[in-house]
Formats: sequence, structure tokens, C-alpha cells
Amino acid sequence: MSDQVIEKKTRTISQQRRLGLILRWVLAVVLIVFSIFPVIWIVSASIDPVNNLATQKLIPDNAGIQNFRELINNPIFPFFTWLWNSIKISVITTVLTLSLTTMAAFAFSRFRFKGRQELLKTILLVQSFPNLLAIVALFSISKQIGDVFAALGLNTHAGLILVYLGGAMGMNIWLMKGYMDTIPRDIDESAHVDGANDWQVFSKLILPLLRPILVVIGILSFIGTYGEFIIARTLLTKRELQTVMVGLQIYTSGQYTQNWGVFSAGALIAALPIMIIYLVLQDQIVGGLTAGAVKG
Amino acid sequence: MENKNGSIGTVAKKSISSLSSFITTFIIIAVDVLLGYITYQLASMGYIPLTVVFIIIILLISAAFLIPKLSHLRWIAVGLSAWLLFSIFPILFTIYNAFTNYGDGHLISQTQAIEQITNQTYLPETGKAYEWVAYRSDDNDYLLWVKDNEGNTFIARPVESEGDTRIFDVVTGENGIGEIDDEGVPVTIEGYTRLNRILAATDQNLTNIKFGDPEKTIQVRSPSEAAELLPLYEYNPDDNTFTNQQTGKIYYDREGTWTARDGTQLIPGFTSVIGFDNFIEFATSPGLRGPLVTIVTWNFIFASMSLLLTFSLGLLISVIYGDPNFKGKKLLRSFLIIPYTIPSLITILIWRGMLNPNLGIVNRMLESVLGISPDWFNVSTLARIAILTVNTWLGYPYWMLVTSGALQSIPSDIYEAAEVDGATGFQRFWRITLPLLLVSVGPLMIASFIFNFNNFNLIYVFINGGPPIPTATTTAGYTDIIISYVYNLAFASGRGVQYGYASAISVVLFMLIAVMSLIQFRFTNMWEEVGENV
Repeated sequence: MSDQVIEKKTRTISQQRRLGLILRWVLAVVLIVFSIFPVIWIVSASIDPVNNLATQKLIPDNAGIQNFRELINNPIFPFFTWLWNSIKISVITTVLTLSLTTMAAFAFSRFRFKGRQELLKTILLVQSFPNLLAIVALFSISKQIGDVFAALGLNTHAGLILVYLGGAMGMNIWLMKGYMDTIPRDIDESAHVDGANDWQVFSKLILPLLRPILVVIGILSFIGTYGEFIIARTLLTKRELQTVMVGLQIYTSGQYTQNWGVFSAGALIAALPIMIIYLVLQDQIVGGLTAGAVKG
Repeated sequence: MENKNGSIGTVAKKSISSLSSFITTFIIIAVDVLLGYITYQLASMGYIPLTVVFIIIILLISAAFLIPKLSHLRWIAVGLSAWLLFSIFPILFTIYNAFTNYGDGHLISQTQAIEQITNQTYLPETGKAYEWVAYRSDDNDYLLWVKDNEGNTFIARPVESEGDTRIFDVVTGENGIGEIDDEGVPVTIEGYTRLNRILAATDQNLTNIKFGDPEKTIQVRSPSEAAELLPLYEYNPDDNTFTNQQTGKIYYDREGTWTARDGTQLIPGFTSVIGFDNFIEFATSPGLRGPLVTIVTWNFIFASMSLLLTFSLGLLISVIYGDPNFKGKKLLRSFLIIPYTIPSLITILIWRGMLNPNLGIVNRMLESVLGISPDWFNVSTLARIAILTVNTWLGYPYWMLVTSGALQSIPSDIYEAAEVDGATGFQRFWRITLPLLLVSVGPLMIASFIFNFNNFNLIYVFINGGPPIPTATTTAGYTDIIISYVYNLAFASGRGVQYGYASAISVVLFMLIAVMSLIQFRFTNMWEEVGENV
């Protein structure tokens, strides 16, 4: 009798388990649909020759690559020029951000000098102001610099990169310094005893150990710069100089419902590099996110 | 033997280091010269604040590289300069702008305004006069031959024409000039036809064209006379006034506009400090204050709701699927992370298409299934719901990732102890999991709140803050948050650009953010971290 009860109990428990599992999978499917529906929809639109928001079907008739071909051939919307601009600007900004912040973080982590704490606190506080809020000031600074030195002014990629660099210092110096503090100072002290100077300690000893954090900051900086559009739109007004995000936004501000397919093709190409970076390097990125970076 | 090698090495090292310090000095001087040139130019254009920043940057870089005692600054000087120029200075500049009338009609510096007004000229009714003869080309380009009282002659092109020499002497063979008659007038000029008296007198354009250089401009006054234009306004730097040379009227500087006693104003004005006027207008004008209350309220609701929804959904997923026995966890995560991997601007544009009230897929589906078609773009409540939905989609993967990491770090013996004490699953979640979680991810929640508080991209790109608030005198909509309102005020307002006023609101927003950030730093050990390792 007691055996039967136990058997019955285990059966109900396993039934409950199964029910729970089924419920979980149902919910999972709902969540998956919610997350990937827009993506599927944009993929479908990009191969739909109809090129119209109103009549687009989920599974297009006569799927083809007309929309992609249109992207290449459209002289008013030089999509691939924009894409190239974006990649160029993001790569240069990332490389410069990494070099400048790593060196600054080294000084903040390893040297003790007057004003160090005050400077660090100011950097931390200032970085929480979105630089978009000072967009008017950024615009006039760029304009004024451009008035006397056109190569760094409005409508130049160099000027835009400078603005990005200035805004990138705060959080990244902080993240980098935090990581460097975890590297014991005994290492560099013994190197100093052996006659190494600061530069040698930095480049030969510390830098190789920074690989993980360099990857995280590098990726986040690239993605952030690549996705930024409002400062780029304000500082670059010439069509052939603009970035792909600005371009896509311009594209949809006109008669976008009629050009939906072409927009989708562009959006897909523009999003793909970032999606791949994320999916391949997700573990590293998650590490950086929990350290305090918020996606911009 | 070894010793010798060592000393040779040291000598070599020393000479290398003195060579490298020589090169460093040389490079720094070159950089300083370049920056100094820019600084000088900035100063001469009247951009004083930016000049000051550049001087600070030059001093910083020179000190870091040339003073051995400050050599630690070498590591940060360049980064710090970029930070000063594009992080610190913009904030200070915004604060300064908040106290000025920078905006339409006051866009340039005083130096530039003076230069522009001084360049305005008029044609005096008396004064130095010239005899003249005009030439015209087939493309309606003109040349003017003139002779002054002393008998000197020259030819002038229009001021607007291209090229550097707009005034040249009358010499046969140069500039296409052919034979010259007894009066000194060229009979022919290549490409041009000489106009006779009647043709010249009846030509419609001729009296409107200014010939010569900006410094020496000549205009046709009558069929027999041409005259040199004179500056219309004379600037008096002692009391900062302009005097109209034709009427004698005096214009005084009134908050960046030179204004006469009868109220007439000179254009352009310049950026001028106006004290707290922007803030006062901000507080007293009903047309401005009205939308601002709506916008600020919505801004807080939006940021709180966004945080609540994304955090709850993310946490729900990591609690339900955090169970190590659940198979397919990795696969599920890869799917659910997808919204996070697309650049947010693209996502927002896609959602804008999907939620399009007439054409979008969402309403087409709702229409066919439920027979409803909500107007997501034009009804304020629906627009707000749509924005929160999109933001939830954008943000929950972040919290899914963060909370699943944080949950794993909660020690399992706490749960075992709770189970022994007979706590239910529900109780365990509310009493143990959530409080512990909030402690560890609290700072990130504040960061996320601040991020959403200023989530310009979503609001601006989705429907540009719409639908519009009808009572507002400026561009303002029901889904506008402060930062998008400020942006529109500065760049797209129907009343013209109002940088000064936009900056005043920015300053208020700066203060709000500063308070929130300080709370965040209290929660984290960031502030204390600085103090450590000293």
C-alpha cells in the first residue's frame, strides 16, 4: 500500500515536471518568435521584389536579389560609400580610443601624482553626461575649428573622430584602470629593479596581460561608434560623407513605405557585421556589460 | 670584460636617450607651433573661449613632455586634451550659452558682426565721381572703364566675379584689350562689346552692379557719372556704437543687437550675455512651460517603465531557464540575444515600419484576426505603449544576460537553509533571490535608468516625439523626452534655432543627471575605489 502511494506520488511529480517542461517550451517559443520576428520580416522584405511596405508578405513570391542590386546602383543613396565611411570611422576611433585610454589608465593605475584622485572622479562624473546634450556646443566647436583649420572642422571624418574620441575617454579609462589594478604591482617593481623603464614595463609586461579587456573595450567601442547617428548627422551634412546609420535614417525619412525592400536590404547588410561580432564573442561582451557598460 | 661591455652599453643607451629626447623636443615644438597657429587664428576670429582651451592644451602638452618632473603626464596628455576639448569644454560652453541669446539673429561673434556691418556700403549723391564706359559680353558679363578727375583710368570687373584681379590698367594687349582711342577708352575688348550711350543708359542691370574690390567699389550713379561707394556705418569702439553715415543715426548695443532710439536694428546681431533671461522664460512662459511639464513627467514614466519591463522580462527568463537541467539553454540564449545584436537605430526603423498604422504588418495582422487597427503614431497613449514595447524588445536581452550571471553568483547554501526552514519557491524568490540580486545589479539598474532617461535615438527616430502637443508654441510631442525636446528646440524649431534657450534646458538636465549619477556612485564602490591603492 505505501509502495503504491509512493509510486503515485512520483508519477504526479514526474507529470508535473513534464507539464512544467512543456509550458517552458511553449513560453520559449513565444519569446523566440517575439525576438526574431522583426529579423525574419526584414530578411523576407529584402528579397521581396515588391519593395512596398503595404503589400509585403512573410513568404515573398518570386524572391530575388533585385533590392540588393538597387542598393549598388542607386546614385542618390550611395549605400556602400556610407558603409565604408562607417567602418573606416569606427575602426580609427576604436584604435585611437584603445591607445589613448590604455596609456592614460596605466598612469592612473601605476603612478601617484598630485590631483590624481580629483581627476579620476571628474572623469567619472563627466562621462555620465550624454555628449548629445552638448550637441550645440559640439557643433559650434567643430565649426569654429573648421573656420581656421578646415581639415578638422565640420564635414570631415577627422573632425567627427575627434569628437568621438573626446567622448570615449571617461568610461573606458575607468574600465581599463579597474582591470589594471588587478595586475599586481610587484610585477612591474621587479622589472624596474632589473632596469626596465616605464615604457618597457607598459609595453612588454602590462600590455600583453590586458588582452581580455582590450577585446571588450575594442568591441564595445566599435559597436558604439558604428551605431551612433545623431552626432554624425549633425557634423556631416554632405551626402557622400555620411555614415550608414545616418544614411538609413535619411532613407526612411522620405517615401520609405514605397522603398521598404531596398531599405531592408540595406539594414540587413549594415546589421550583419555587428550581429556576427556579438554572436561569436558573446561571452566576452557579457563580461564587459556587467562591468558597467551600457549599450549606446 | 663584462664591465667594459656594460659601460659601452650605458654610453650607447645614454646617447640614444639624448637623441630620443631631442626628437621628442623637436616633435613637441612642431606640435606646439601648429596648435599655436590654430590658436592665433581662433583668437583673431574672436572665438575667445575656444582660444583659451587651446592655450591650456598647448601648456599641458608642453609641460608633460618638456618638464621632467611632470613626465607622468605624458601618458595622459593627449587623451586628456581630447577630453578637455570635446567633453569638458562642451559642458562649460553649454552652461555659458544658457546665459546668452545664441540663436537666430545672434549666431556670430561680435568681431564678425562688426566686420559684416562695416562692409555694408552706400552710393553717395556727391563726392568723388568718374566718367565711365561699359562693356558687355554675350553671357551678360560686364566690364566698366572709368576715369577720375586727375585723368587716371582703369577697368573694373564686378565684385562678384571670380579671380583675384578685379581692377586692372588700360594697356593694349593685356586682358584682351585692343586699340585705345584718344580719350583712353579701349575700342575693343576681346569677348565684350562696347555699349554706346543709349544702350548703356537703357541697360537694366548696369546700375545694380558693383564693380571693383570690396575696398574700392564703384557703381554707376547716372548716365554720365559713376562713383565710389562709401561704408554706410562707421564703428566707434569706445562706446560700441555704429553711426549711419547717410542719416547720422546712432545705433547702440542692446543685448547683442545694435539698435537706434527709434527701434530700428542693424543686421546681423551677435551672441551676447543676457543673464538669466532664458531660465526666466523657461519658468514663466505658459507656451513653453505647458509642454515641459508633460515632457518631464513622461520622461520619468518612460525611464522607470522601460527599466521595470526590461528588467522583469530579463529576470523572468533567467529564472525560468536558469535551471541547469533545462536542455537547450544555450540555443535559447542565442535566439533571445538577437534583438541586442542589431544596432538599435536599425531595430527602431524596422519597428517603425512594422507598426505603421495603415501599412505595417502588425496592424494588418490585428485587422484580420481581431478586426482592430490601433493608430500607433497619432494617439498619444498608443504611441507611448508602442515605444515601451519597442524598448522592451531592445532592452530585455541585456537584463537576461546580466541577471543570469548574477543569479549564479548567489551561494546555493542559502537556498538549502531556506528549504529546511520550509520556505516555498515563491517566498525564496521574493525574500532571498530578489534582494540579493538588487544589491549586486543595483548600480547597473541606475545606469540603465539614466541611459533610458536620455534615450534620444528611440524617441527621435521612432516618430520624432509625436504626436504633437497642440497647445505648445514650440515643436513638442507627447512622446518627447527632455533630450529630444532640447534637440528640436536647437535644430528644428518652428521659431528658428534657439541655442541659448536649448542650452538653458540642457543645464537643468545636467543637474538632474548629476544627482542621479552621484546616487549611482554611492551604490557602487566606484567612488571608494579611487581612494584605495593610494
